[in-house]
Amino acid sequence: MLYREVGQYKTSYAADQALLPILQDKIGIAVLLLIAFVGVPLTASDFTLNSVLIPILIFSLAATGLNLLTGYTGLLSLGTGGFMGVGAYACYKLMTLFPHVNIIVFILFSGFFAAAVGIVFGLPSLRIKGFYLAVATLAAQFFLSWCFIRVPWLYNYNISASIEVPTKMLFGIAVTGPTATSVTRYLVVLAIVAVLTLLAANLVRGRTGRTWMAVRDMDLAAELIGIRLYQTKLLSFAVSSFYCGVAGAMLVFLYLGNAEPSSFDINQSFLILFMVIIGGLGSLLGSFLGATLIWGLPILLRHVPTYFGLSIESAKVDQSTFMILGALIIFFLIVEPHGLARLWQIGKQKLRVWPFPY
Amino acid sequence: MAVGLDSGKKIGGVVLGLEGITLSFGGVQALQDVSFDVREHEVRAIIGPNGAGKSSMLNVMNGFYQPQQGVIRFRGREHCWMRPHAAAAMGIARTFQNIALFKGMTVLDNIMVGRNLKMRCNFLLQALRLGPAMREEIEHRRAAEEIIDFLEIQHIRRTPVGRLPYGLQKRVELARALAMEPAVLLLDEPMAGMNLEEKQDMCRFVLEVNDHYGTTVVLIEHDMGVVMDISDRVVVLDYGRKISDGTPDEVRSDQAVIDAYLGVAH
Ligand SMILES: Nc1ncnc2c1ncn2[C@@H]1O[C@H](COP(=O)(O)OP(=O)(O)OP(=O)(O)O)[C@@H](O)[C@H]1O
Ligand SMILES: [Mg+2]
Repeated sequence: MLYREVGQYKTSYAADQALLPILQDKIGIAVLLLIAFVGVPLTASDFTLNSVLIPILIFSLAATGLNLLTGYTGLLSLGTGGFMGVGAYACYKLMTLFPHVNIIVFILFSGFFAAAVGIVFGLPSLRIKGFYLAVATLAAQFFLSWCFIRVPWLYNYNISASIEVPTKMLFGIAVTGPTATSVTRYLVVLAIVAVLTLLAANLVRGRTGRTWMAVRDMDLAAELIGIRLYQTKLLSFAVSSFYCGVAGAMLVFLYLGNAEPSSFDINQSFLILFMVIIGGLGSLLGSFLGATLIWGLPILLRHVPTYFGLSIESAKVDQSTFMILGALIIFFLIVEPHGLARLWQIGKQKLRVWPFPY
Repeated sequence: MAVGLDSGKKIGGVVLGLEGITLSFGGVQALQDVSFDVREHEVRAIIGPNGAGKSSMLNVMNGFYQPQQGVIRFRGREHCWMRPHAAAAMGIARTFQNIALFKGMTVLDNIMVGRNLKMRCNFLLQALRLGPAMREEIEHRRAAEEIIDFLEIQHIRRTPVGRLPYGLQKRVELARALAMEPAVLLLDEPMAGMNLEEKQDMCRFVLEVNDHYGTTVVLIEHDMGVVMDISDRVVVLDYGRKISDGTPDEVRSDQAVIDAYLGVAH
C-alpha cells in the first residue's frame, strides 16, 4: 500500500469522520470485497473454501466479538467458547421448535440468546475487575460447558449428545446440511461477517466505542465524566456475546455440520483469545489478522513442505504449530501488545517516508 | 493579567454551598467541619499546605468521596452525597492533580467523550450510522473543534494522549472538562509542574473560560502569584480545617494564614 494522503483535504467533518477517509483505502476495500464476493467463489477450490476461508471468517467474527469486550472495553473474558456454544445451541433449538422459519434468521437471532447469557455473566463486572473477572468468566465457561453435556434437552436427547445439522434451504438453494455447496456456505458466511463487521466498525468509532475505551483506559475518570460504568460494561458484554453467539451458530451450521460439546470448551476460548492478542487488542483489523494467522499457520506448515517434495508427519506439524504460536504470543505480549494490526500501521508509516529513516 | 477582575463581570448568588463537611479515612481526618460557598461566575481558589485536604474537598464536591457529615447544596438542592454521575449531569466538571486522561485515545476522542452526556442517539442508530446518529456526531464534533481552537491544540488532535508532554496533557484535560459545558469547573492544580510560559497560557485560558462562558471556577493552586492574580475569593485549608476565607488581599494579611505557611506550631 504505497500511497499518501497528501493533498486530500477534508472540507467537512462528515468527510473527515467517514469510515475510510482516504480515497485509496476506499478503492482498496472495494477491490477486496469484489474479490471476496465474486473472484473467490469463481476460482477457489472446495478445500480452500471449506478448510481455509469459511473457518477464518467465522473465527474472525468470534475474535471481533472478544475484541470488543477485551480490547475495547478492557474486560478480559475466558468464556468466549461458552458464549459461542450458547449461540449454536440456541440456533439448534429454535430450528427444532420452528422448523419453517429461515435458518439465516435463526443464526442471527441466536446472537440475542448469547447476548442475554453474556449480560448475566457480565453482572459481576461491576464489583470485580481484571484477574478476578477473568476467573468469573472462566466459571461461566465451565458452567456452560457442563450444560452442553448434561442438559440433553439442548441436543434433543440425541444419543451421541451431538447436534446434527439438517439441510435447510434459502431461495431454493441448500445453505446448510451435507448437500449445501461450499460456495453457498462461503457466501452466506461472508455476507454475515461483512455486515456485522461494518456495524462493529461504526460502533467503535462512535459514542459507544468511546465510552468503552474510556472505561478501559480509566474507569474512575469515565464515571466522573458521567459515563455509567455498569451500563457501559454490560452493553459491551451483550454486544460481544452477540458476535460470539452468531459466530458459534455459523461454526456449527455453516462449517462443522455437527457439534459436540467439545467444540465450545475452554480450548476454544483460549484459541479466540490468542487470535485477539496476536492480531491486536483494540483493533478490528487485528481480529481478522489474528484469526488468519492462527488458523492459517498449521495449514501452511502442512502444505508448503509438500510443494518441495518433503513430507512432515501431522504430529510434527501440530507440535511446531504450538511452539510457533506460543512464541508469537509471548513476543506480542511483551513487545507489541497492539499486535499485527500495529505492525501493519508501522509498516505503512515506514513505506510512506521510504527511503528516509524518519 | 487580571482580565477577570476589571472586565466588570457580574458575580451572582451562591451556586455551590458546603456546610460542615467532615471526611476521614480510617484514622486520618482529611476534612473537619469545613464550610464555604462558591458564587456564580467567580474564580474561587482553595489553597493550603500539602495534605491540607484540598483535593479531598474537590472530591467531595463532585461525589468522588462521600463525606461522613455535612451537606452539599447545589443550586438550592441539598445533597448528603453527590453521586459522580449526578454531579456530572448537573454540570460539575473537573480536572485532576495527576492527570486522568484516557491514555489510549486521541485528543479528539478524549474531548468527544466529554460530550457523552449531551449525546442522545441510542446504540442501534450508532451501529447503523443512520441520519440522526451522523448528524449528532457532526454537531458534537463541531463543538469539540471549537474547544480545540480555543485551547490552541489543533496540531495534536489525532495524537494519542499518552504520547503528549505533561503540559499539553494538562491542557487536553481542561479541554475534556470544557466539552461538558460545565456550570462549575473544578481544577486541581492545573498549573503544577509547568514552566512559566505554560502557566501564563493556562491562566489566560482559565480567565477566558470564566469570562466568555461565565463558568464558575474552583481552583486549587500552590503558586501564590497566580492565586492572587486570578481569583476573586480564596479559602485557606490547613490540616483539614478552614483557617481563612476572603478576598486575596484579606487572606494574604490574615495572621492565621501567615502562621500556617510559615509553619508556626499549633
Ligand atoms: N483515598 C484516600 N485514602 C486515605 N487517605 C486519603 C485519601 N485521600 C486523601 N487522604 C488523606 O487525606 C489528607 C488530605 O489529602 P489531600 O489529597 O486532600 O491533600 P491536598 O491538600 O490535596 O494535598 P496536596 O497539596 O499534596 O495535593 C492526606 O493526609 C491524605 O493522606
Ligand atoms: Mg491535592
